[in-house]
Amino acid sequence: MITLHHVYLLVGALFVVFAVLSVRDAANPKRWTTGLFWALFAASFLGGDYFGDLGNGVLVLAMALIAGGGGLGTGKPATTTPVERQASAQRWGNALFVPALVIPIVTLAGTFAIKGLAWPIVIDPVLINGLPLGDAKQATLISLACGAVIAAFLAVVLLRQPLSSPFQEGRRLMDVIGWAALLPQMLASLGAVFAVAGVGKVVGDIAAQWVPADNLAIAVVVYCVGMAAFTMIMGNAFAAFPVLTAGVGIPFLIQRFGGEPAAVAAIGMLSGFCGTLMTPLAANFNIVPAALLELKNRNGVILAQIPTALVMLAINIALMYALAF
Amino acid sequence: MLTLMGVAVVVVGFAIGFNPLLVVVAAALVTGLAAGMAPDEVLAAFGKAFNENRFVSVAWLVLPAIGILERAGLQERARSLIGLIRVVTVGRLLIVYMLLRQLTAAVGLISIAGHAQTVKPLVAPMAEAAAELKHGDISDNERDKVRALTAATDNIALFFGEDVFLAIGSILLMVGFMQQSGIEVQPLALSFWALPTAIAAFFVHGARLLLFDRRAMKTKAPSK
Repeated sequence: MITLHHVYLLVGALFVVFAVLSVRDAANPKRWTTGLFWALFAASFLGGDYFGDLGNGVLVLAMALIAGGGGLGTGKPATTTPVERQASAQRWGNALFVPALVIPIVTLAGTFAIKGLAWPIVIDPVLINGLPLGDAKQATLISLACGAVIAAFLAVVLLRQPLSSPFQEGRRLMDVIGWAALLPQMLASLGAVFAVAGVGKVVGDIAAQWVPADNLAIAVVVYCVGMAAFTMIMGNAFAAFPVLTAGVGIPFLIQRFGGEPAAVAAIGMLSGFCGTLMTPLAANFNIVPAALLELKNRNGVILAQIPTALVMLAINIALMYALAF
Repeated sequence: MLTLMGVAVVVVGFAIGFNPLLVVVAAALVTGLAAGMAPDEVLAAFGKAFNENRFVSVAWLVLPAIGILERAGLQERARSLIGLIRVVTVGRLLIVYMLLRQLTAAVGLISIAGHAQTVKPLVAPMAEAAAELKHGDISDNERDKVRALTAATDNIALFFGEDVFLAIGSILLMVGFMQQSGIEVQPLALSFWALPTAIAAFFVHGARLLLFDRRAMKTKAPSK
């Protein structure tokens, strides 16, 4: 049975290769620190379960200091020129889309094969010797990993690319992302420290103080804007939801004003999503794509989202006021 | 109140533009110390969470495949396809993408698209090609705007689509938390109440995308 552990070994192995290729790349002026960074990332995936909490803390601190201190350089992996790409695009035509489509297809098929499906058609999970193919709780991640490997393999074979290309090209994109690659996991960890320190409780108490006893409209605004604002601070609506719902949503909106619980919760969560669109702390949605697309302004994606997010926040407030009460 | 100092560090650090990784480390340290934890306790709590959240970084596994396809000319092919469709504009292209992304997310297929899988190799080059089709050569600033809008459209479609699906993480979280608080809510009811927002998001962002087409034309018109 494939578990998340196997997927981590695969990610770790890939980063080992990136580390070795980075150190050997003389075109990268910071090849040693770059290599060390990817080696530490690899170590986290390969051995994170054995280092202990403090050991992992030291590891992530070292990675943050390397990347935060400007230790990541950009290598020059062997790749093709724009002219060669144009020619290759003409040669292969729509065959180029086949490996790209394999990733979602395998992810989808794999998820169904591992977990099965109840609706709209019944699919039983595939069993081998009575065991499922993979861990059902992680079916999507496991299937995505399989899809990525199969797509890379197909791309090499079908499009006659060199055997080194998965690693060189993967490293090229990883170098483009640079320090932003570490940020999503770092922010998730910061959220955990916030939780241990009780930041949520303090924020929930402050928000509750803002709610007047007899004004429904203001209570709705405090809850929805509070969800968006606290999500911007935490980078994640999931962290904001329990805090604001316990502090404002349940005692005021549901218990005092008699709001429909499902409508309050659902629209409250969606107000939080408006906050996600406006914060650099939601790194994998906002900062990573800016790096991946090589935008000059690392907040470019956020700036493109703010108008939609603000209008949607206003609409959510209006919807909750109109539909939940 | 001292507990909120870490939040202040995050806000100020990001606003000034320090490296986010260092800001996060500083914020974690300040928060932990303010809460009376020893430095090594903070580091251990941070390390534990980092290890538990490794699944966040599994998505990097798709980069080799995407990189090979770029090497072989995928972006160029995506561009030339756009050249074949005369009526395409940045706004119209992204509206179609938003619709597909929202509908697939609404039935739970959230990982079939994304910034690495679809935005960078396919949709962004297509949107750039659509902009060039209309305006000829575009400046780097405008190119960045088109790219940013493509990524933004992916996020917006995903966020306001996924909550319509019953078994998504956020719905399960809501059901679980409300249950702890003694309130029964049905997943189906939560996804039903996500529908009005989902529809509104499509029209609000869709209108912005169409406005982008007009505005982009205006800025380009005088430079003959």
